[in-house]
Amino acid sequence: MMAVLDMVQALNQALKLEMQRDKNVVVLGEDVGADGGVFRVTDGLQKEFGALRCIDTPLAESALIGASIGLAMNGIKPVLEAQFNGFSIPMLDQLVNHASRIRWRTRGQRSCPLVLRIPVGGKIRALEHHSDSPETYFAHTPGLKVVIPSNPYDAKGLLISAIRDSDPVIFLEPLSLYRAIKQEVPNKPYTVEIGKASVMREGSEVTLISYGAMVHECLKAAEMLDGKVSCEVIDLRTLKPLDIEAVSASVEKTGRAIVVHEAQRYCGVAAEVAAQIVENNFLNLKAPIQRVAGFDAVLPMPKLEKYYLPNVDKITKAINKAMSY
Amino acid sequence: MKKTIAQFQVPYLQVLDETGKIDENVMTPLSSKQIKELFELMVLTRVFDDIALRMNREGRLGTYAPMIGEEASIVGTGYAMEKNDWLFPSFRENTTMFLRGVPFEKLLLYWRGDERGNNFPANAKSLPVYVPVSTQMPHAVGFAWAAKMKKEKYATVVIFGDGATSKGDFYESMNFAGIFHIPIVFVCFNNQYAISLPRSSQTNAKTLAQKAIAAGLEYFIQVDGNDVFAVHSAVSAALKFAKAHGPAFVECFTYRRSHHTTADDWTRYRQLKEVEAWQKKDPIDRLRKYMQSKKIWTKAYENKVVAKARTTVGNAVKKSEAMPEPDNKDIFKFMFKEPTPDLQRQSKELDE
Repeated sequence: MMAVLDMVQALNQALKLEMQRDKNVVVLGEDVGADGGVFRVTDGLQKEFGALRCIDTPLAESALIGASIGLAMNGIKPVLEAQFNGFSIPMLDQLVNHASRIRWRTRGQRSCPLVLRIPVGGKIRALEHHSDSPETYFAHTPGLKVVIPSNPYDAKGLLISAIRDSDPVIFLEPLSLYRAIKQEVPNKPYTVEIGKASVMREGSEVTLISYGAMVHECLKAAEMLDGKVSCEVIDLRTLKPLDIEAVSASVEKTGRAIVVHEAQRYCGVAAEVAAQIVENNFLNLKAPIQRVAGFDAVLPMPKLEKYYLPNVDKITKAINKAMSY
Repeated sequence: MKKTIAQFQVPYLQVLDETGKIDENVMTPLSSKQIKELFELMVLTRVFDDIALRMNREGRLGTYAPMIGEEASIVGTGYAMEKNDWLFPSFRENTTMFLRGVPFEKLLLYWRGDERGNNFPANAKSLPVYVPVSTQMPHAVGFAWAAKMKKEKYATVVIFGDGATSKGDFYESMNFAGIFHIPIVFVCFNNQYAISLPRSSQTNAKTLAQKAIAAGLEYFIQVDGNDVFAVHSAVSAALKFAKAHGPAFVECFTYRRSHHTTADDWTRYRQLKEVEAWQKKDPIDRLRKYMQSKKIWTKAYENKVVAKARTTVGNAVKKSEAMPEPDNKDIFKFMFKEPTPDLQRQSKELDE
């Protein structure tokens, strides 16, 4: 049985199915209960599972993640929500100093299998501190897995995988995709493996590597150039651990790579992907690897946001440049 | 209209004063055997300190945080905990951890810079040392909350210092625990210094215990932290309260007589006469005086206790120093349940 769902509905279904499967799964965060979360991802969960399993917490991000670490260390599976990406930054102390190293420093005696959901990215005309892309902070931290879906099917399968994982997973949800795409999604539970990229479009001349909302900008650019340049589009889906095999296999074929993301360029995921391509595919390369990313400036509010973020035009220019070598 | 809508009072408890006399009205009955155990554990704490500091000077131990002066708080808290209670320590509570089942050789291994020291026996009810200040507090809250969710009957104790009470995690944790009636006891070892910063410059609050009031905690008390009877009694009562009702707070008013750690030099920020004044309030001396008055102490007894403590710690030193060097692959061993491909690749670099 399938249903046509958007990403919010697919995520909601994943949470519901996992809470039905395992009574130790609890959802917690600010306004996740009666309100169903500010983006409605947790809608109806408190009604079905009660206030002891879908828990409204006080407005205190450090205690929210810190208490979740304690829950996870003691046999509960917390799936917590950072209300907005800017509110995940106070959680970094707990993530970097603790969640990521519980298993390591207790020599495997304790673990911290929590899932932290964070809405990320721009293009929804939101307030300041609501549209940033903080993935690099998490991906840079040893001990965390970082996942980001680009469509409802992957969103559900990856979230179920994240909940079943034995270690902490940062689950990034692209805000601009919450309601933008509908897709047939199986009603039953299923998993999408963490650590595996997906080839969204096959091509032979240029590899576009992206994740989250920017996957769709890459696909649009590839379609626009259809018949002129043959573009392959890879959706990383997991930022850490990185599926470098999938990227390398594609670049071996195309010889050209462009990495696209909303986050600022410096030390961004694109920098890591580019470095690993050079390490693996130096002799395959026919053009310099390019990054189409946010600027190393503060993400502006909606008036200027479109100039900052990657788009089809910027990606097309990069593709043409790659072909000009 | 103007009226008082809430009023609070902060209770204080001292059972055993500096001269070794007890206030019978507030003394929780303890057997001679129990009193001797408390004495022996405090002596053991001081002996551990002596040996650890000597090892540090000889280059056999890394940076170490001395416990001297705080033995009553360290021992009294651990002694009050029941079999299944859990401890989230800070970094100056070796004997509290020992009382939760952590062997001294593990602690020494840790202070020697070896993570294998955190690999505790399965029945140990303590987390490893926590170095960052106050960040373990929400973990303890979550851990205790999980116990409540699973209908398990133990409580969790988290220990932190006066410096921690200035931090957000401190207040967020108490507030969180208050809302969900979580079975946790917050035990503050107010040792008057956060490295060099005196308590008076840490906060303008008159007591640290009163900080629990704003978070809605219903059990809070300041005790003489150099009085092992007061600490034991207050933490026992707090644990009982936590298991029945929810979070409790105990401020142990004590004094760090030595350096913050072996990397510190206290002469830069305080006077000798201040330290000497606290020496007169020594937790072991006052218990000894009390035991003498009760005729359960002799010099020969104490000599035996010290000798036994030296043997216990000495054996732990031998065990920790006899450990073979760790495998360099241990760097990668516990990152994830299943090693990820990137880490498998990096692990091979050690073989090149």
